[in-house]
Amino acid sequence: MSKYTLNVNGKARTVDVEADTPLLWALRDTLNLVGTKYGCGVGACGTCTVHIDGQPARACQMPVSMLGKHKITTIEGLDARAMHPLQQAWQELDVPQCGYCQSGQIMSACALLKQSPKPTDAQIDEAMAGNLCRCATYVRIRAGIHRAAEIAQASTTGKGKK
Amino acid sequence: MKNHNPPGNHDLANKRGLPHDAPAPASAARRGFLRQSAAGGASLLLSLHAGGAIAAAAADDVNTDRGGDFVPNAFIRIGQDGRVTLVSKQPEIGQGIKTSLPMIIAEELDVDWKDVVVVQGDLNPIYGSQGAGGSTSTPTNYDNFHKLGATARALLVEAAARTWNVPAAECRTAGGAVSHAGSGRKLGYGALVRTASALPVPDAKGVALKDPSAYRLLGTRIGGVDNPLVVSGKPLFGIDVQVPGMLYATYVKCPTLGGRPVSANLDAVKAMAGVKDAFIIEGTANLNGLRPGVAIVANSTWNALRARKKLQVVWDDGEGANHSWAGFVAQAQALSKQRGAAVMRKDGDVDAALAGAARTVEAAYTYPFISHASMEPQNCTAWVKPDGAVELWAPTQNPGSGQALVASTFDIPKEKIQLHIVRSGGGFGRRLSSDFIVDAVAISQKVKAPVKLTWTREDDLQHDHFRAGGFHFLRGGVDAQGKLTAWHNHFVTFANRVEKGDGSVLQPGSGGNLSGDEFPGRWAASCLLEQTPIECRIPMGPWRAPGSNVFSWVFHSFIDELAHAANRDPVEFRLEMLGDKDMVPGSGERGAPYNVARMRNVLKAVADKAEWGKRKFPRGKGAGVAFHFSHRGYVAEVAEVTVSKDGKLTVDRVVVVTDIGAQIVNLSGAENQVEGSVIDGLSTLMYPALNFEKGRVVESNFHDYALLRMPDTPANIESHFLKTDYPVTGLGEPVFPPLAPAVCNAIFAATGKRVRELPLSKTDLSWS
Repeated sequence: MSKYTLNVNGKARTVDVEADTPLLWALRDTLNLVGTKYGCGVGACGTCTVHIDGQPARACQMPVSMLGKHKITTIEGLDARAMHPLQQAWQELDVPQCGYCQSGQIMSACALLKQSPKPTDAQIDEAMAGNLCRCATYVRIRAGIHRAAEIAQASTTGKGKK
Repeated sequence: MKNHNPPGNHDLANKRGLPHDAPAPASAARRGFLRQSAAGGASLLLSLHAGGAIAAAAADDVNTDRGGDFVPNAFIRIGQDGRVTLVSKQPEIGQGIKTSLPMIIAEELDVDWKDVVVVQGDLNPIYGSQGAGGSTSTPTNYDNFHKLGATARALLVEAAARTWNVPAAECRTAGGAVSHAGSGRKLGYGALVRTASALPVPDAKGVALKDPSAYRLLGTRIGGVDNPLVVSGKPLFGIDVQVPGMLYATYVKCPTLGGRPVSANLDAVKAMAGVKDAFIIEGTANLNGLRPGVAIVANSTWNALRARKKLQVVWDDGEGANHSWAGFVAQAQALSKQRGAAVMRKDGDVDAALAGAARTVEAAYTYPFISHASMEPQNCTAWVKPDGAVELWAPTQNPGSGQALVASTFDIPKEKIQLHIVRSGGGFGRRLSSDFIVDAVAISQKVKAPVKLTWTREDDLQHDHFRAGGFHFLRGGVDAQGKLTAWHNHFVTFANRVEKGDGSVLQPGSGGNLSGDEFPGRWAASCLLEQTPIECRIPMGPWRAPGSNVFSWVFHSFIDELAHAANRDPVEFRLEMLGDKDMVPGSGERGAPYNVARMRNVLKAVADKAEWGKRKFPRGKGAGVAFHFSHRGYVAEVAEVTVSKDGKLTVDRVVVVTDIGAQIVNLSGAENQVEGSVIDGLSTLMYPALNFEKGRVVESNFHDYALLRMPDTPANIESHFLKTDYPVTGLGEPVFPPLAPAVCNAIFAATGKRVRELPLSKTDLSWS
């Protein structure tokens, strides 16, 4: 066991774990941030998607010993009031069924919106292809991303007017 | 709308003082609320007992009577502050029941949905049946839940009428308040709690229910009650449960299904960092129960998993070691040459009818074993306490069965087994089984501590209770007028040997038993349905719409073959097959009647909505149709597809017409189920298949067990509900079965290629 200090959601968090411990399990078992889910352990389902320095990454594939001072953002740190446009849109359109994959979906969608604030269906398909949803809520995930883009734009426009 | 009982960080200390026979207490947050309301005075409580009778009592009385903690044995609580708490008794697995059943109470109670808090009930006999399977939660609870809400409302109205000394008939309710038009008086429900609690409860039979035309909530779109927790990543699912002092476990079963461990390098494993214990569990002979294996218990999930990499086990593979998919295929083909082991239906003389038919078609249809692959792998947190009592936190569809399996496996009285139902990250039938629950109990029993067992994805995929594969050898005939005259199916299925009484029997896997009434049984004048089992050691279990999920594909594909052989339009051919009778009774005492009128209506409606026959498709594009009756629902679907010259399938449009009765409870949830069922149906058609070699499942994770992803999602899914006068029924399953045949029939229309084997990748769809 060794101590690693991680930058999680803007805070320094120290975990005392084996060096090869994936970020996923350090988040879930040590830091009690369970919004990041275990789905496959091989980077094939997207359920554990977090952001490392703003880029989407699979937490099950990132040993804590390699994370250094990189900024880690989890679903819990997406927005202080859990009112990120994606979180609003997901509730407005009632996207989830079981909900298990949705934090990973939202984190992938968030990275997409940063790059493409008004994504096309084709861009959404490409950016979201790494995230499985076994309940198959893909129609609503697609709609939710479009809606989040609208909400984000409206809020930007609103701020501009003020 | 709030949810007040996430599963994490349970405050266990407060529960230790409970007598062992006390019903399951609520989670910490919920108890906090209940204590608060009890301390604040009376709350109105109503509960539905197993028999459907309704009783009410003041919370203070219950508290006093029980002499201690407040026991959550009710569906409705109204505090003096007017806050309404509704208990959801059914497990939530993504089907939306935690939102939809409380909506029914809220409708009749006339409270605003925003003022309602929904809490998950534990397993408790006071709630009646708590299984979530077979799309039964809605039909079995719908009427009772109306009565629960209406009875509470009637008591509140009566309380107001007495307070104001006016006739109850002159009082109205809305938005959680009673008003009297004549005098302009109005009281919120909270102010009526004390008076209402003292009133005798009216017989539910005599309580007036709302006229559906007055519904303000039912039929609207309401977001899932747990959505705020889902989108913010709060603890919610079984895998999120944390209990003080908890250890983490992984459990390794024999890769050869049905095998067992003989020995293992346990000392080397125990020497690994963080490992608390490692041991062999003998298990039981029940393929669907506690299987033998090796448990590794550590101070974190990862430390258990990394120790597992060092584990070496000598396995006794057992009788399953000869299983291979290629072997099963050869076995099925040999069996198809013989008469079936059992006759499931025999009408007329099918051989004579085939000999006399104008045209005949012969075809074999094959589908593989598949896994459920819920996104949340199986897991359970169990605590076998020093006094032998067991506390469980289980993401299960079948809590009562889980409790029963723990009781029988470990010889523990049910009363000592407390089970908290935790939200499931997908069910699809997998969590009707309780193997993961007994695994966790066995491990906790050995290490004498609370244990969270988490299956790896590989465990989950390879040690599922699988959807059985199957082989259908079909012959059909049509007469000179193009009418179906003969139908012969020899179904080769899979079965486990199960001990029964003095001997043993071959029991087909769930969904692997062909009912003689399965369409078109009862509709073909000459019909022979035969069935032969292949014995195997592969555990099987119910998979979303068991049986129907593949029977519909086989039979509606073959019906399509016959329609084309007869040069008939596929919709016309099917309408004629269904015939003029409105109702066809089931065969035997347990046979389900088939409401042909309802099926004709959904079929005609889907043809209408999809402009069937009115549009011309160029080569490479086409439309297909199918219908299916299952789980009390009548569904017809039309799919429109494009197949590229190199054989790539795109589903452009799916039109779904569903008749599940008089009322859609939550329109948002219902539409979500339709869209999800369509895409799940397409996914299951296109991708998943399990192969077996030497009795081991070849596929191990999502890299080689593919499921549909966003890019394959159909652009347009149109859902229509026919509102009928029939009882309200469930929607978790019935939309799934018709999708695969509708798509395959569309592929045939587009390309002339007939898909007779799943998954789709087995068939070359390229054309020129």
